[in-house]
Amino acid sequence: MDMSFSPEDLAFRDEVRAFIEEKFPREIANKRSRGDMSKEDILAWHRILHDKGWVTPSWPKEYGGVGWTITQRYIWNEECARAETTPLLPFGLSMVGPVIYSFGNEEQKARFLPGIRSGDDWWCQGYSEPGSGSDLASLRTKAERVGDEYVVNGSKTWTTLAQFADWMFCLVRTDSSVKQQEGISFLLIDMKTPGITVRPIITMDGAHEVNEVFLEDVRVPAENLIGEENKGWTYAKFLLGNERSGIAGVARSKKAIERLKVIAGAELIDGQPLLDEEEFSRKIAEVEIDLAALEVTELRTLASESRGKGPGPESSILKVKGTEVQQRITELTMEAVGNYAFVYSPHGHEQPGNNFVPGPDYSIGASQNYFNMRKTSIYGGSNEIQHNIIAKMVLGL
Amino acid sequence: MDFSFTEEQTLLRNMVQGFLQDKYDFETRRKIVSSDEGWRKDYWQEWAELGLLAAPFSEEQGGLGGGAIDTMVIMEEFGRALVVEPYMETVVLAGGFLREGASEAQQAAHIPGIVAGENVWAVAYAEPQGRYNLADLVTTAKADGDGFVLNGYKAVVLGGPWADKLIVTARTSGGQRDSDGVSVFIVDKGAAGVSARDYPTVDGRRASEITFENVKLGADALIGEAGKGLPLVEKVIDQGIGALCAEAVGGMKELNDATVEYCKTRKQFGVPIGKFQVLQHRMVDMFMSYEQSVSMTYMVNMKMDEGDVERTKAASGAKVQIGKAGRFVGQQAVQLHGGMGMTDELNVGHYFKRLTMMDTLFGNVDHHLKRFTNAA
Ligand SMILES: Cc1cc2nc3c(=O)[nH]c(=O)nc-3n(C[C@H](O)[C@H](O)[C@H](O)COP(=O)(O)OP(=O)(O)OC[C@H]3O[C@@H](n4cnc5c(N)ncnc54)[C@H](O)[C@@H]3O)c2cc1C
Repeated sequence: MDMSFSPEDLAFRDEVRAFIEEKFPREIANKRSRGDMSKEDILAWHRILHDKGWVTPSWPKEYGGVGWTITQRYIWNEECARAETTPLLPFGLSMVGPVIYSFGNEEQKARFLPGIRSGDDWWCQGYSEPGSGSDLASLRTKAERVGDEYVVNGSKTWTTLAQFADWMFCLVRTDSSVKQQEGISFLLIDMKTPGITVRPIITMDGAHEVNEVFLEDVRVPAENLIGEENKGWTYAKFLLGNERSGIAGVARSKKAIERLKVIAGAELIDGQPLLDEEEFSRKIAEVEIDLAALEVTELRTLASESRGKGPGPESSILKVKGTEVQQRITELTMEAVGNYAFVYSPHGHEQPGNNFVPGPDYSIGASQNYFNMRKTSIYGGSNEIQHNIIAKMVLGL
Repeated sequence: MDFSFTEEQTLLRNMVQGFLQDKYDFETRRKIVSSDEGWRKDYWQEWAELGLLAAPFSEEQGGLGGGAIDTMVIMEEFGRALVVEPYMETVVLAGGFLREGASEAQQAAHIPGIVAGENVWAVAYAEPQGRYNLADLVTTAKADGDGFVLNGYKAVVLGGPWADKLIVTARTSGGQRDSDGVSVFIVDKGAAGVSARDYPTVDGRRASEITFENVKLGADALIGEAGKGLPLVEKVIDQGIGALCAEAVGGMKELNDATVEYCKTRKQFGVPIGKFQVLQHRMVDMFMSYEQSVSMTYMVNMKMDEGDVERTKAASGAKVQIGKAGRFVGQQAVQLHGGMGMTDELNVGHYFKRLTMMDTLFGNVDHHLKRFTNAA
């Protein structure tokens, strides 16, 4: 047992820190949220990392991985969070990419992996449907095999950033006569195909992050099927395991606590910094401790993964605890800014009009951020569903 | 011991409910919130005609002589419909200052305009450095002849854009956080030296940042005695808390009903999600939080006229209760609605946002826990 960094690790840290310092575009760092960033803004950092060969550190080397140890990957995440680099979108890099290199055929690998690495192809996740959220396997979007094509009909919803997407990985029903899980296939759909309509869903914080996607007689070449027909559920679950552990966001939460402390240091309560007030500083301490525990839990999980075990049901712990910590930090940040939590800060997609946003810079969007982060206990399999998974798969209940 | 409403109060509730059912459904509210004005002046006039704006004023003042319980009834219904119009600011708070602290001449000058729906008020008490401490004031009013000169900055003045009159707290003497030296003034928003910048709030209302630069006030602008205003401010804000608790209770009721209904109809895994015991228990906890909040809301509104200590404890206690309950009920209502709960389209998120902001308004849970503890 050892948690300390070796001299090589420290040298690695200095190297990546210097790289980020030099290459991360500052003007992007100043844009508040994804909601206000253009597609190219969101992709800028991705492209820089691609040029450097660092965009897929956790992929196997043959597909463009870097071969970093888990310690190096940990250091990398820490450094990115520390510099507040734009988070990379997970849909290609950590969701469909690994599915393609694990279950796709050689042609699919050659065709899709380069676009995922370069960022030229923007992917979105077509899992959830209006009637199938927690009970994902009940999905009804239908794909019928006609010649060498699938004809897809149905609708997906909550599709994150589909408004920018070039491709969607999509769960479809290819057999309705068998047990639900046994009639699902995993299809890659070009978003430019005729018959696809994307409609925005505005969330309560005012952001346009999610969408409805309607599919009407969408013709998809059969070569876009991943693996075997009706075996899609296996790939879907593999992906969900990766998605769940990816949601934990430990390094980013550390940075967010740091920011929270800066805010609480600047805010006054009876003339003293809020940070020095016992009630509030204890609340920060509590979330810091939760995060410390989560960090080691995540490292333990990663260590066992690196010994060849894929992300198991334990990744549900990371999802539940990680999102609880994120939600708590955004809540405390809102609390810290006091009365300025009332202020609404308009999003990029809204009509420019009254754009006066008073209060200190750090208070901008504080409560909207808190509202937005309520999503984290709902998506990626709700936290109730994660409890069910642990109860069943880990505790055997 | 009696927890029943009088016949008049029941009639009042039915009247407000009827109005809001007819004219304040969620889609109408959405239009109101996104309109340029941000509120319905014509509704305000109707409320004047219905007597709602007169409710808490005594008959001598041209009101209907209702008490805190009448206000509670009205605010609970407003909470259920997420009403954005400045009833709290104008009738409860500004009205409270006039009722509790103003001279007969000031009452005669200002109450009729409220009752008739002609004047809309906002209360400028918070300052950026002051957080929830009502005495932490940098804004000053210096004696000048037999009047005052006002200088300073007020933050997040709710309803500010709609107001033509302001209640402003300012320091006439003493150090920045002294209890002594706080004074309360009536200020015309149109007066020379008053400038406001307006913006929307996350809970569908409007607010202003207001700067006062050498604003000249006459002697008749001062409410009560110079430098002795803090107890009045505390009392009126406590009345605001009583009203706010009622609004919160209304909002929680709607959220709980909507959540139970949704869980009965939304099916996953072949059954209504309300069949899952973990969600049942969650909804029971939401229900219990609501019931406890109703109790504290009744309690605080019945104790409004008790002595300062008693009232302070009741108000801070109730504020803690609705802060915690509002947070829990709001978060869980969103959670149990799944993705739908996150949308702008469904009303659930709007109640959640309002309940969240209610914790901030007049001081959050931590603030009132401290105030409760320190109240003698
Ligand atoms: C912001 C956001 C982004 C998203 N992005 C994507 C995306 O890009 N692609 C995609 O495919 N999906 C996406 N989703 C969808 C997300 O995965 C679903 O919202 C989620 O699976 C929950 O489904 P639901 O919304 O239908 O809620 P429901 O499944 O209807 O759940 C409602 C409530 O019931 C509870 N519940 C359900 N079943 C059980 C049970 N058995 N036991 C106990 N409790 C239960 C849930 O926990 C929840 O609290 C996103 C969602 C959000 C909010």
